[in-house]
Amino acid sequence: MSSPSIEAVNLSKRYGSFSALSNLNLRIEGSKCVGFLGPNGAGKTTTLKLFTDMIRASEGKALINGISVHENKKKALASVGSLIESPEIYPSLTPRDALSMVAEIRGMPRSDRKKKIEEVVAEVKMEEWLDKKVGKFSKGMKQRINISAALLSEPEILLLDEPSTGLDPRGMSEVREIVKSLKHKNRLIFMSSHLLNEVSEICDEVAMIDHGKLLVYDKLNNVVSRFSGDGGEIIIDVGLSRDIDDQTISRSISSLSGVVSAEKLEMKSLRIKFSGSLENQEKLLSDLVALKIGLVSFHPSSSALEDTYLNMIKATL
Amino acid sequence: MSNSSLKADPIVLPNLPSSIAQIGVMTKYELLNYFRSRRFFILLIIDLIISSIFTALVAYYGVSSFATAALGFYSFWWGNSITLVVILSGIFFGGDAISGEFQNKTGYFLVGNPLRRSSIYVGKWIAALTASLIILAIYAAIAIGNGIYYFGANLPYQFGESLIFSVLYLIAVLGFTFFFSSLFKSSSMSILVTAILFLFAFSLIQVIVSTLAQQEPWFIITYGSGIIGNVLTDPYPTTQTVRGGFREDTSRVFAVSIPEGIAILVGYFVVTAVLGLLLFERKEFT
Repeated sequence: MSSPSIEAVNLSKRYGSFSALSNLNLRIEGSKCVGFLGPNGAGKTTTLKLFTDMIRASEGKALINGISVHENKKKALASVGSLIESPEIYPSLTPRDALSMVAEIRGMPRSDRKKKIEEVVAEVKMEEWLDKKVGKFSKGMKQRINISAALLSEPEILLLDEPSTGLDPRGMSEVREIVKSLKHKNRLIFMSSHLLNEVSEICDEVAMIDHGKLLVYDKLNNVVSRFSGDGGEIIIDVGLSRDIDDQTISRSISSLSGVVSAEKLEMKSLRIKFSGSLENQEKLLSDLVALKIGLVSFHPSSSALEDTYLNMIKATL
Repeated sequence: MSNSSLKADPIVLPNLPSSIAQIGVMTKYELLNYFRSRRFFILLIIDLIISSIFTALVAYYGVSSFATAALGFYSFWWGNSITLVVILSGIFFGGDAISGEFQNKTGYFLVGNPLRRSSIYVGKWIAALTASLIILAIYAAIAIGNGIYYFGANLPYQFGESLIFSVLYLIAVLGFTFFFSSLFKSSSMSILVTAILFLFAFSLIQVIVSTLAQQEPWFIITYGSGIIGNVLTDPYPTTQTVRGGFREDTSRVFAVSIPEGIAILVGYFVVTAVLGLLLFERKEFT
């Protein structure tokens, strides 16, 4: 079977003389998580709304699995779950009612409905509220239900517009875990966010947009190494299961190929400044594993992405 | 490797219900929303209050003060009040049906799903019609109950016709209110404008056009609704030239005929339903 894809072809959106999105060409294909970054008003939500036919393009096309969203919305969105802005649910309905409505719209078999609804509501930790009216819910609780609605039909493509909006820190962390778990289920996730640590933790690739124009779309590591303004060096945060001594850092880790510097952040984490290709990064990871230092995580630092982001946005001012 | 193996397999899409089935889903949950919220019950209470006032009036003054036969009784009761019940149903269930999806952002929950906007519009319209028909049925049942009590079980056939015309008027009113609801993004604005139009503006324009301009107000929906009350009058009223007033001038008193009334109501429904649907299809969730 083909892999899921979304594609913007010369996609533009104008409101009078204001150009919200200008000639966007972007093709994302395969099972991955792509972070969509940009400052307020950059065109992120506009893009996502065009992909769900909430607004009409002034020019160009938004395609999902090769199908034009505007020309054949029903077919194009058949395998898409979306969360755009923070939707409201009829206050008199319960999450069970609202999710049943979505399940029926999507043709989910009656036999699976109850079980599936209870599963997705449990995933967003809202089991206790399943039969309470939504009108009594806080913004964060509604957002959890919106997330469960997007996940309900197990769509192969997820379009998420700042999914952590309105959530408390625990909620944000739970959303991150949900998105991470979806990556293992072979989904294409296109997610706008202001939270750079969230993007750097979850996403494999990033697309940056500003003033309605795409600035870059590439693998996260490539973007960071190309645009961080640090001479192609990237910063990698390493999580450990146990404490590490200074000697191991200075003698063993600092001498590994491509490592510019290494420093201890906290008891169980390291920050490595690294220069090299993706293949060199792969080797660094295997070298760190071989050192048996209790490595549990390895990802580009959010501060590196932040540097990159600020450099990119500054350049377009 | 063969050419065919290089070709990507098509994406297998989930089997979605037909648009008709999706309209059914929308209707079901919109009705659930009406019944769970206070909206339906507030209109039901108003419905019962109007019925109670009529029941009390007839009981207090005696039925002979209002009518001597069943047809006159239904003309007094049904003919005088059903248009108000229909208009209130239109305002309650149609006034913000579409604008509310924008203002309250409930549309964002629906529109991102694989269903046509027309399915949302039609589903909501059918739900509004169903809820209004329940209100109408309760109102009719109370009127019939009183009629049977005072004049026996022989219902005049004209009442059946009036009932059918009331449903036709309801359909036209809901078509119109949904159209107005599609024009605005603010719930309160669409409800207010609809209420002003039906409760004051149309009647005022009708009076001005027919009395002052001496023209038949065939383009006013409330003029078309005149068939609901006219059919309960025997003989059926016709347009007449009368003499009167300060200078003994002649003037025409217009009475809408049944074919004319049906044409006005059907025309209003068709035009406003098509326009409302087009507006909703094109409206953006900005």
